[in-house]
Amino acid sequence: MPDATGPDQIFQRALTNGEIMLPRCDDCGAYHFFPRVLCPHCHGTAISWHPASGKGRVHTTTVVRQKPERGGDYNVCVVELEEGVRMMSRVEGIAPGDIVIDMAVTAFVGGAEGQSAVLFKPAEV
Amino acid sequence: MTTKLRGKSAIVGTGHAGFGEAHGLTAYDVMAQSALAALGDAGLKLSDVDGLFCTMMEDSMPALMAAEYLGIQPRFIDGTMSGGSSFVNYLTSATMALEAGLCDVALIVYGSNQRTASGRLVTASRPPAYEAPYNPRYPISAYAMAAARHMHEFGTTREQLADVAVAARAWAQHNPEAFERGPLSREDVLGARMVGDPLTVRDCCLVTDGGGAIVMVRADRARDYPKAPVYVLGSAAESSHRQISQMKDFTVTAARESGARAFAAAGVSPSDIQAVELYDAFTINTILFLEDLGFCAKGEGGAFVEGGRIAPGGVLPVNTNGGGLSCVHPGMYGIFTVIEAARQIRGDAPGIQLKDVDLALAHGNGGVLSSQVTAILGSQNTL
Repeated sequence: MPDATGPDQIFQRALTNGEIMLPRCDDCGAYHFFPRVLCPHCHGTAISWHPASGKGRVHTTTVVRQKPERGGDYNVCVVELEEGVRMMSRVEGIAPGDIVIDMAVTAFVGGAEGQSAVLFKPAEV
Repeated sequence: MTTKLRGKSAIVGTGHAGFGEAHGLTAYDVMAQSALAALGDAGLKLSDVDGLFCTMMEDSMPALMAAEYLGIQPRFIDGTMSGGSSFVNYLTSATMALEAGLCDVALIVYGSNQRTASGRLVTASRPPAYEAPYNPRYPISAYAMAAARHMHEFGTTREQLADVAVAARAWAQHNPEAFERGPLSREDVLGARMVGDPLTVRDCCLVTDGGGAIVMVRADRARDYPKAPVYVLGSAAESSHRQISQMKDFTVTAARESGARAFAAAGVSPSDIQAVELYDAFTINTILFLEDLGFCAKGEGGAFVEGGRIAPGGVLPVNTNGGGLSCVHPGMYGIFTVIEAARQIRGDAPGIQLKDVDLALAHGNGGVLSSQVTAILGSQNTL
């Protein structure tokens, strides 16, 4: 299998290895997410990859209500990472209704819909 | 600063079809019935149409499908797909095409059979790759997260959200064309099934069938038709994102920019507007758009809508047909904001007809608060 070259491939390949890597623009120094071939802030094209700190806060959150026989209620949220980027995710290890805006969370690589994905758990205080 | 397009085009026909349940009909059937209704209203025939402005939920080439179905060969088409805002956006491109002589009779048209076909939102749109693994319920999870953030930042309450739905229903109860006309109280909304916190099923728009159509011509011909012309005084768009996770500020939409430019183009301000027709896919939309369009300050939308202030007899008439929450919502609602605004100005609104309306606003929303398009419509008196 050839090496990962495209931005999506690089991100997904890292995830399957249990790592969360974030793209950062070499020109302006800002992180961005989702991965792409240019920086959405300054439109530079020199992008390098850096391990995420994993620290974040819940920016906003909702509970998708679903009947128990179909899997029950679950969380969908948008987390803002310490690096300044936001991503959709969910917080696990806590009831979906107990997740609140500004809650400190820590990222981990887990499974979602049969693929590796960035998930979060409440940060340990 | 007004633009040179101010008042250069006019709506001379509106029509709709298949409201509620259009049993046995396809989305294109409803589209075609809507087109015939609008052309009949304008005293025109399908063979007069040489500009077609259309998108549908089902296909990637809906304008071509629609032209083929209608048996016309338009010399100008626009099938730009920005979600439910598309049809307000077409007011701009139709005005430009008419003014440039690229077409003489513009037909804006939409139809859907989503209620009888599937009972839920039908879309050819794929879930975004970086959101799909988390199974957001599209589109409600996006709007729920915007509402949650608004409540967090400004103290907006679920009761205030509920009052948007209650006001919409109060207008709908006077509109024989509206799908939901039963009584609805704040308690009914709050006690309804929660579908995506903090929104209950009554904070969400209807899922109905239905189609709508608008016929436009150049202003210099606009008085040759049976109905009083309704002029496009200003229209403007702004697009900010596609995926909700990419929205920069969950409490501020691009309606701030589209609204400011539409008002400037028309040379009027929010206090001049007599009827406000907003795309209310969810109760939070009405609050966000009233703020962003300048009818109240940011963060004050909750208080602005509270206790019937946008209901019949309130301080500002908003969604006078009952809106997407209570009148009709066939997948994309945008065209109905224009139709209701135009009918209020013409004086033939199906429900409560406001007195002497010269200026009305139609606002379309597309995607997940992604595309915002504002149009200011006016009577002959406003030229």
